[in-house]
Amino acid sequence: MTNVRRVARYTALVLITAVFVTPLVWMALTSLKTYDDAQQDPPSWLPNPFSTYGYDQILGNTANPVLRWFLNSMLAASLHTLLVLVTASMAAYALARLRFRGRKLSFALIVGTLFLPPTSLIIPNFVIADRLGWIDTLTVIVVPGAASAFGVFFLRQFFLSIPAELEEAAVLDGANHWQVFSRVLLPLSKPALATLAVLSFLTNWNDFLWPVYVLFSPERLTLPAGLGLLQGAYVTDYPVIMAGAVLASVPVLILFVLAQRHIIQGVSRSGLKG
Amino acid sequence: MADVIEVGAARDDAPPPAGRARRRGATERGHRATPYLFLAPYLVLFLVFGLAPIVFGVWISLHQWDLQLPNRPFIGLENYRDLFSSDSADYADWWSSVRATAIFTVLSVPLLVVVPLGLALLLNEKFPGRTFFRAAFFAPYVLGVAVIGLLWRFLLDANLGLINRLLGAVGLPADTPWVTDVPWAWVSLVGVTVWWTCGFNAVIYLAGLQDIPAELYEAAKVDGASAWDRFRHVTLPGLRPVLLFVLTTTILASANVFGQSFLITQGAPGEQTRTVVWRIVDEGLRNYDVGQASAMSVLFALLLAVVSIVNFRLFRYRED
Repeated sequence: MTNVRRVARYTALVLITAVFVTPLVWMALTSLKTYDDAQQDPPSWLPNPFSTYGYDQILGNTANPVLRWFLNSMLAASLHTLLVLVTASMAAYALARLRFRGRKLSFALIVGTLFLPPTSLIIPNFVIADRLGWIDTLTVIVVPGAASAFGVFFLRQFFLSIPAELEEAAVLDGANHWQVFSRVLLPLSKPALATLAVLSFLTNWNDFLWPVYVLFSPERLTLPAGLGLLQGAYVTDYPVIMAGAVLASVPVLILFVLAQRHIIQGVSRSGLKG
Repeated sequence: MADVIEVGAARDDAPPPAGRARRRGATERGHRATPYLFLAPYLVLFLVFGLAPIVFGVWISLHQWDLQLPNRPFIGLENYRDLFSSDSADYADWWSSVRATAIFTVLSVPLLVVVPLGLALLLNEKFPGRTFFRAAFFAPYVLGVAVIGLLWRFLLDANLGLINRLLGAVGLPADTPWVTDVPWAWVSLVGVTVWWTCGFNAVIYLAGLQDIPAELYEAAKVDGASAWDRFRHVTLPGLRPVLLFVLTTTILASANVFGQSFLITQGAPGEQTRTVVWRIVDEGLRNYDVGQASAMSVLFALLLAVVSIVNFRLFRYRED
């Protein structure tokens, strides 16, 4: 009986896994085909011959500078992550450990915006970014998203779960708040900071709507915004389009494999505390 | 807030211990400002891009505000009235996008609540390979909508796509217009979204399942409860807060759908799969009518707020 159940379970799991993974494998295989190979009916699973045609097309391309988009995305997502880590951890320290006038109000306001769909802020944020002269710059990809309440909320909850004794000991030793924060609390919070870093990077790297509407110059696009152009330019030349998609997937898939635990924990925690 | 542990000198109401009174006294003013200095960098971001836009959005919506025109006269609620009067230019497009979003939400939310629960139950025991399968289910979610949009536009292509070719290979119709005609376009958008995001909800359920005490299951077993009874009377009640969270966030996510229809169906057929968020950004950032777009935005945010509140209410009542 238990053996039957075990076989049934694994069969189901393998089939479901195939549903989730096959499209991704197909994307990678297609990116290694020639144009003619990708048009074949019935389709061949393996590229015949293996070809770098798709990648050659996008990497040497001046009309659609995919490599440039890749670097833009990398730079924007890295700076965004850094900005979130610095600002959210400092704010979370104040909200979790310091007492000051307006603390409850500021925390309530910050948490309140967690329930607001971020798309509802797009129009006013565009007007604000426009007045700041940020439209069509990297800044507009890096900065506004860092106003998200998630990081502050997430780190504050984590800080509250850490016993304060070590910090109190440091204060007695004459440490000021900055030293307590940077030398005691942050080192204790590495797992939470790693989770927030990975989630922030993923969100920014994958963001699509905002970059599509705030970036115009071909050389300033992020990779997701550029992929839309690629689809328009290559229509059914799928090896090229899939090569672009692979390029956008590889960094996040690597990150996922390396930091799977952090991502999954971050997601489960957001569910339970939200 | 009572359980918050304050560190040392941060306590305003208690005198600092004598040993460091002198040191603290010397920097009294700096010490008062300290919390605000810690808060300041984030607060600037939050005020400019988190809080101000809420107020500013409402303000814009009360004006005839075209990004390309210098004059922005105050027009009260006219932008809102336009959305409800059938003789205005925006009426038809707006309600068509509301209809599209409603169809997508109604079709996708039940699947995104139920399918991930099934996946989570499959993964809720310790067995070899569990972490691998969980990662495989979650993998599509780490990819952005641009990637999955391009990928599925290709897979669902009527002529070149893998889906129709596989269907043809097993003798089924091989010419289904997955991305260009209804109802197929809806099947595609909903199916892709379930494929893309159900791993996310499954992970949340899984965490919730692990918080249900094993003793409850043991006790139910001793009482002779069947697997179905245990699911109904132990699992579901134990998951209620998680279910509420999943339901609410999934409704919000589905109602905010944009990239899938932008890339996969590209609004087709006609503009039937063009969603509210797409309508709003097009009105504001392509047609430059940010006044009208803001009115749509405010209306949409209010609608979603009502949905969330109703959600919480329903679940609270059932708990009592």
